[in-house]
Amino acid sequence: MARVEDTLHDREIRQAGELRDEGILVSDLTNELAERMPGVEFELEPEQEMLTVNMGPHHPATHGVLRLVVDLEGEVVKDLKPVIGYVHTGIEKSCETMTYWKAIPFVERMDYLSYFFNMQAYVGAVEKLIGLEVPPRAQWLRVLHMELNRIHSHLVWLGTTALDLGAMGVYFYCFRDRDRVLDTFEMSTGQRMHTRYFQIGGVAEDIPAGYEKKVRWVIEQLRIGIRQYESLLDNNEIFLIRTKDVGIVSRERLLELGVTGPLLRASGEPWDLRKEGGYLAYPELEFDVPVGTVGDGYDRYRVRLAEMKESLRIVEQILDGLPEGPWVADDRKYALPPRAELSTSMESLIHHFKLVTEGFRVEPGEVYNPIESPRGELGCFVMADGSSKPARVHFREPSFVNLQSLRDMTLGEYVADLIQTLAMLDPILGGIDR
Amino acid sequence: MPDAPGLELILAEINRENPGAVLDTSFDREQAALIVDPSRVREVLTWLRDTPGQEYTFMSSVHGADYFPRSPRFAVHYELLNRERYERLRVKAVIADPAAGAATAASMVAIGPDDIGGSDSEASVADKAAAVVNQPASEPATVELDGQTLPVVPSVVDLFPTADFQEREVFDFFGIFFEGHPDLRRILMPEDYIGWPQRRDFPVGGEPVIFTRDEVTNPGWWQ
Repeated sequence: MARVEDTLHDREIRQAGELRDEGILVSDLTNELAERMPGVEFELEPEQEMLTVNMGPHHPATHGVLRLVVDLEGEVVKDLKPVIGYVHTGIEKSCETMTYWKAIPFVERMDYLSYFFNMQAYVGAVEKLIGLEVPPRAQWLRVLHMELNRIHSHLVWLGTTALDLGAMGVYFYCFRDRDRVLDTFEMSTGQRMHTRYFQIGGVAEDIPAGYEKKVRWVIEQLRIGIRQYESLLDNNEIFLIRTKDVGIVSRERLLELGVTGPLLRASGEPWDLRKEGGYLAYPELEFDVPVGTVGDGYDRYRVRLAEMKESLRIVEQILDGLPEGPWVADDRKYALPPRAELSTSMESLIHHFKLVTEGFRVEPGEVYNPIESPRGELGCFVMADGSSKPARVHFREPSFVNLQSLRDMTLGEYVADLIQTLAMLDPILGGIDR
Repeated sequence: MPDAPGLELILAEINRENPGAVLDTSFDREQAALIVDPSRVREVLTWLRDTPGQEYTFMSSVHGADYFPRSPRFAVHYELLNRERYERLRVKAVIADPAAGAATAASMVAIGPDDIGGSDSEASVADKAAAVVNQPASEPATVELDGQTLPVVPSVVDLFPTADFQEREVFDFFGIFFEGHPDLRRILMPEDYIGWPQRRDFPVGGEPVIFTRDEVTNPGWWQ
């Protein structure tokens, strides 16, 4: 047998690149090499050729404490296993020790970029359990904050992703605009993040005077901002090379893997729970569902940018047509009475006392409440056992489910593209680990 | 959502082809659910996915539930979705707790220093688990793992690949063993963790918080 170990490795790597261009899977490489180099008898020793690399948990490009165990053959990813759980905080378990409305601040902190969505998934599930109707103004206010939150989440995604691909400036511009969105949250809710604004039955407080003017100014600035990002990235040579035709997974496979949100829409499937499910005020609002064609990294970027524009449209419609009326349900068994009533009405005082100390009791039952978060279907499952505390709170986190598709997206691709694919996946580790 | 009569029709049709697979239905707060025999869950899910007119092809969520102290104690919920009609259907596999017959404290795992350190983080849990004991049809299947008796549900990863991580999560938190899962390991808790934390009888805050001054009260904590 010829001694070919010295040269074989170089030839193999060179040929691997050619074979990859021809569309031959890396797993078939050994057979293919044997065919192309007849007469040379050799034994490939896979364990010597394969290199297992541990990415993370503290690699900055993993967007959190995500660890990836990657098997590399040369520069080509042959296998990938995500290892998660580093920021598992047991929020679902902790919720079982809280009364229903005290669990709201807990669930907000799972996916720390989409706190309004977490609140809506949970609060909506509890409202379904007790059969409470949310007044129209509260519904519109919720949608207003959720859409601003979607823009905020996408801006953070865009900034960090562009940073991964070497576009430092985009990061600064995105965070400039993101802070403007957070300013509006601060104005209406008192907090920039983790606002605990949604109550069971409505929202905590009406929007203050001058809020509309502020949001309209932010919308104007965001429109300018989005144009800036587009002119920076849309035709950027480096960005195009890095994202075009990278990380493609077929639409059918994505659906099998349970992937939802912008990732699924980028592959051409117009699936949006805001349209399909029609919860809250969404049926009354006009917006489009942007879809991609190929499903590569570039489509994912374009879909998210288009979604931000649609969200701006929704926010403008809400500012134009916000209905008057109460912002929280009038059912004193579930919603806190107005503060002013406490000094004049004994009944209000009793209700307030009972709600704050014991909370309300919920008849046994189970509800799964799905909504469209910036990352896909965010479902909250709440089980009631008749007491004033939930017996089980479970979140179907889109980041957690979408992460399963990372292996399919990166298999056979270069390891440098893995960073890009992971960034386009937009995983939030707080949501994955909960 | 299929309405309550529609749910009964589904029940009748499934039970015509797979007698006894679906035990009951429930329609509560606009949420439709089929309650199925855990050993037959694959038949029911395949039927719901492939039968023309049903086509619940998208599985949005798999999660566990613990109805302690009621019996049967556990359930695995599969949230199915028909994307054409936007209909959701929950399939609940209800499972009795095999440890319930033993000492009442058996399901509450004793966390002792002797138990930690013996586990092999490399080996998959499935390797360590003894072969699934298929008892007579009346008795539900159980599996022995690290000296505990766990309930068994067939895995549906090959039918719905999205169930992969989610079944691991249910195993991790509830100690429900998924037979046939390709890589059943803990996913969010550490691999050497002992106990099933989302069970209702698992205490919150059971672990001591370690500070330097605790060395006296927790000797050997650094091991």
